[in-house]
Amino acid sequence: MALLDNEPTAASGVSRRTFLAGTAASGLVIAVALPVGLPRQARAQQVGTATTPNAFVRIAPDNTVTVLIKHLDKGQGIATGLASLVAEELDADPAAIRTEFAPANAALYGNAYFGGFQGTGQSTSMRDSFDKMRTAGAAARAMLVSAAALRWGVPAEEVSVHLGVVSHTGSGQSADFGDLALAAAALPIPEDVLLKAPGDWTIIGKAFPRVDSAAKSDGTAIFGLDARTPDTIVAVLKRPDRFGAVVGSFDAARAKEVPGVIDVISIGLGVAVLARDTWAAIKGREVLDVTWDGSQAETRGSDQMMADLKALADAPGLIAAQNGDVEVAFGDAAQILEADYELPYLAHAPMEPLNVIVDWQGDRCRITGGCQAQSSDQLTAAAILELPPENVEIVTTWAGGSFGRRATPGSNLVAEAVLIAKATNAARPIQLMWTREDDIKGGFYRPMFYHRLRASLAPDGLVKGWRHTLAGQSINIGTPIEGFLVKDGVDAMSVEGAADMPYAFANRLTEVHNAPTAVPALWWRSVGHTHTAFAIESFVDELAQAAGADPLDYRRGLLANHPRHLGVLNLAAEKAGWGTPMPNGQGRGIAVHESFGTWVANVIEVDLSQRDLRVLRVVCAADCGTVVNPDNVVAQFEGGIGFGLGAALQNKIVLEEGRVQQANFDDYLPLRMSQMPKVEVHLIDSAEPPGGVGEPPVPCVAPAIANAIVAAGGKRVRKLPFIDEVLF
Amino acid sequence: MTDLNGPGHKTERRWLPKGRTGPMAAALGVALAAVLFASAVSSQSDGALSGGTLSGDADLFGPVANVLEHPRCMNCHPRSDVPLQTDQRRIHQMNIQRGPADLGAPGAPCAACHGSANREFAGVPGAPHWQLAPLSMGWQGLNRTELCRALTDPALNGGRDLAALVEHMSADPLVLWGWAPGVDLTPVPVPHSDFVDQLTAWAEAGGPCPD
Amino acid sequence: MATMTTTNLNINGTDRAVETEHDPDDLPLLWALRDNLGMTGTKYGCGAALCGACTVHVDGAPVRACVTPISAVVGTRITTIEGLDDPVGKAIQNAWRELDVAQCGYCQSGQIMTAVALLAAVPTPTDADIDLAMDGIVCRCATYVRIRAAIHRAAETLKG
Repeated sequence: MALLDNEPTAASGVSRRTFLAGTAASGLVIAVALPVGLPRQARAQQVGTATTPNAFVRIAPDNTVTVLIKHLDKGQGIATGLASLVAEELDADPAAIRTEFAPANAALYGNAYFGGFQGTGQSTSMRDSFDKMRTAGAAARAMLVSAAALRWGVPAEEVSVHLGVVSHTGSGQSADFGDLALAAAALPIPEDVLLKAPGDWTIIGKAFPRVDSAAKSDGTAIFGLDARTPDTIVAVLKRPDRFGAVVGSFDAARAKEVPGVIDVISIGLGVAVLARDTWAAIKGREVLDVTWDGSQAETRGSDQMMADLKALADAPGLIAAQNGDVEVAFGDAAQILEADYELPYLAHAPMEPLNVIVDWQGDRCRITGGCQAQSSDQLTAAAILELPPENVEIVTTWAGGSFGRRATPGSNLVAEAVLIAKATNAARPIQLMWTREDDIKGGFYRPMFYHRLRASLAPDGLVKGWRHTLAGQSINIGTPIEGFLVKDGVDAMSVEGAADMPYAFANRLTEVHNAPTAVPALWWRSVGHTHTAFAIESFVDELAQAAGADPLDYRRGLLANHPRHLGVLNLAAEKAGWGTPMPNGQGRGIAVHESFGTWVANVIEVDLSQRDLRVLRVVCAADCGTVVNPDNVVAQFEGGIGFGLGAALQNKIVLEEGRVQQANFDDYLPLRMSQMPKVEVHLIDSAEPPGGVGEPPVPCVAPAIANAIVAAGGKRVRKLPFIDEVLF
Repeated sequence: MTDLNGPGHKTERRWLPKGRTGPMAAALGVALAAVLFASAVSSQSDGALSGGTLSGDADLFGPVANVLEHPRCMNCHPRSDVPLQTDQRRIHQMNIQRGPADLGAPGAPCAACHGSANREFAGVPGAPHWQLAPLSMGWQGLNRTELCRALTDPALNGGRDLAALVEHMSADPLVLWGWAPGVDLTPVPVPHSDFVDQLTAWAEAGGPCPD
Repeated sequence: MATMTTTNLNINGTDRAVETEHDPDDLPLLWALRDNLGMTGTKYGCGAALCGACTVHVDGAPVRACVTPISAVVGTRITTIEGLDDPVGKAIQNAWRELDVAQCGYCQSGQIMTAVALLAAVPTPTDADIDLAMDGIVCRCATYVRIRAAIHRAAETLKG
């Protein structure tokens, strides 16, 4: 359905029990804000609830323009992006722009890509905001112009706006935004606004400094973990060491003796230690004894789980995509090539471990933290506390990374915290905090996946048949959002990048097996593409090798009808000097992949001459349509490439008898400074609508490295991470 | 249990001069060692003052080497710029290196994490003056002959004679840490007092090195 | 009932009293800063000296607050990200802003405190110097390309 078609749906209303369904509501007219200098309650009713007088833009008498950011900024720079869209159309002074995270209100701030729920993910924030925020800025500008025209008795067409100042050249009059804000507030919101033509942009596509750089460089930016007040209780939850186990019994005697520990309570899925401060909570949990009921727990180890995935793949799977007849194609093949690829569980491991503050006061509840799925969090808290959703306020803070982790289909973090609040009835705010060990061991991983690829070749070496069998757990089956993402048993997030791959073969079958487990899985930055791109772009290289063809030429042949794929492929190859000689022991690998509305190609150079794997250089070409903030897009590609690189090189979550073996950054190794290669990012100049930017940088990294290793004289690696494999 | 990290633990040996610094003490120590050595070698054929190869006494170094080769000692005596860590002797994580004064590279000093005492709550070992042994005291990869010679060469070992060596390994808090490393690290399995006895026996024999 | 103790620490030039029911030999400076003193610029990332997000300066040298008990820093000069006030600190923070280094920003206090210590000791660091100094500070957003560039930039501005 909608979420993965990369197409927005109509905005939906949200009600407590029917948050999965929706009613069409108008979108932009309601959301377009009313710029007011002072609160105007009558106007406030018009646009929404009394607590949100302005939806997107607020102009203060001192000229400050506050842009309300409806998405979580977890480092991807969306606060800056949205602010720049408003600044452009408003003709504001960029120095006067501030940002604030919007409250939870799906009617105003819903994401059309999420069926109208408010949330951030799937690299949709800019795509959802590009028109909305420009319209909000343009509408505000129009109202300021009208207010000035009225005040000066001049035609509106003669009034201009520049850097926060409104003026009429003919009469020499001018006023700044703050002067006009109140008057503008009294005017009706325009039905239609004219947006600037791209040729007139002075901000979009050009430079706009990050709104958060200063605060993140001087320690003043407030993240969720920072938001506690002196009276906030800190809670840590002791969870079972096997997924699916629940609390059997516990002995809190020693924990309660730790200075600062206030209480110890069970919420079924774990036992919470509540304390006056963080250190007490951590120390208290260290001496808490819990006996677990593991009767429903996953007890297999990773080796067994992978073996089980391989066994599943022997049988026909659920069809994700097909054309022609693969049985025939394989029946009379001159040659069959087969390869299988294995990818481990991966942890998101954001630098700021999960945390949330729940302040439950009778019929109201305030939730504070780096919330990524506001609607889901709001509804989950409301359901548990039996409150109307509108009585659950969400205060969104900056978030120290996420990579997908801060949104789960069941709003599990908020649920845990609210259950604790409900059980303790403390009438004080409670901050539930995950330690790093909780984070590494706590599940919600990129699932383990097995891919079997087979190609049947005609005598001339051309591929006649392509059969791609995937086996791995579904992220969404069994969750509240299954209906949006799973069709005929196929989870779109399992097969994205494979079901919709650009390579067209006359006979083709892409099938998937779902492998249920109690280990929770989640949408790790670029989700299904993280494993489908590895398998496909590795296998295409293997096909090229079998055909004796250059991997770039081979792909060009297959992508002849895909200009945007070709565009990035050729640009990356050109900038990387593809085909020019490399020193002994070094090699280049190439990969191309589209995800979330953006086309990316990587050429990666590796060096095996020291008998280890060194990644020297990543040349990246990207087509993300209209680029709003080029520097931020480059930054996202630098960072996303690093993110993909670290995982491909050295990350895996391993289970033994159902227990996660890794615990902290000494055994789940993050990429470090000295491992970062040179990264060159080249953006294709495009007037197409914006594509996503947060996730697309990731998928091409692992396959391009695998391909480079072969080019450098090493072995074909089909199993990640590279650090575990023999390359020579 | 005696706090081996503290300054209070010392092994008193009547015949050793107190203290280990100063040229006078060193000279006295050398003189004493010479006397000891001379009496030890009277029945041997090799007359080198600083030690030498004496097949009969060569195994006196064995127990000493057993301790020096234990990870608690050897991990911080590399012949490179890279410390090792844990019982598995893996390369110290986070690219930690020697730096100009054996105290860590600029920006990444040993003392950023390692304090003067073990931090059990953090899993980080500590002892006074936590640092790498100077390169001249690099022992990793040496065979026992080479180790013994490096250990006993005053040009390499910080100007110490045998007596001073015994004093150092009896009393220095960083050395003593090896016996109470905390944080799930395996202590040197030989009791420290036994080690000092073995060390002394070897020193009294003139610090003979194996073939 | 545990006894309350008061430990006096000098932080960013001011004497602060840390009153706590925890043993001062056990309470990490990180939590004293964040919970007792409300100074949240110094971050928790791992609690085990593996990520560097908690890096502060003690007498000018980088120290990981998550593993340092408050008793160990009595009588020292502690500097946190909130108190960076010297030319090297300013140059580094300016370069961070100029190059828009931060993405999520959570690690950047630790990155900056470490970079300041590096530049104070090595005014013109090489890339190898930067590797050795900065490998201990994890950035999951992988802003490493810009961190490196910003250190070079700050070094340039201090020279000029």
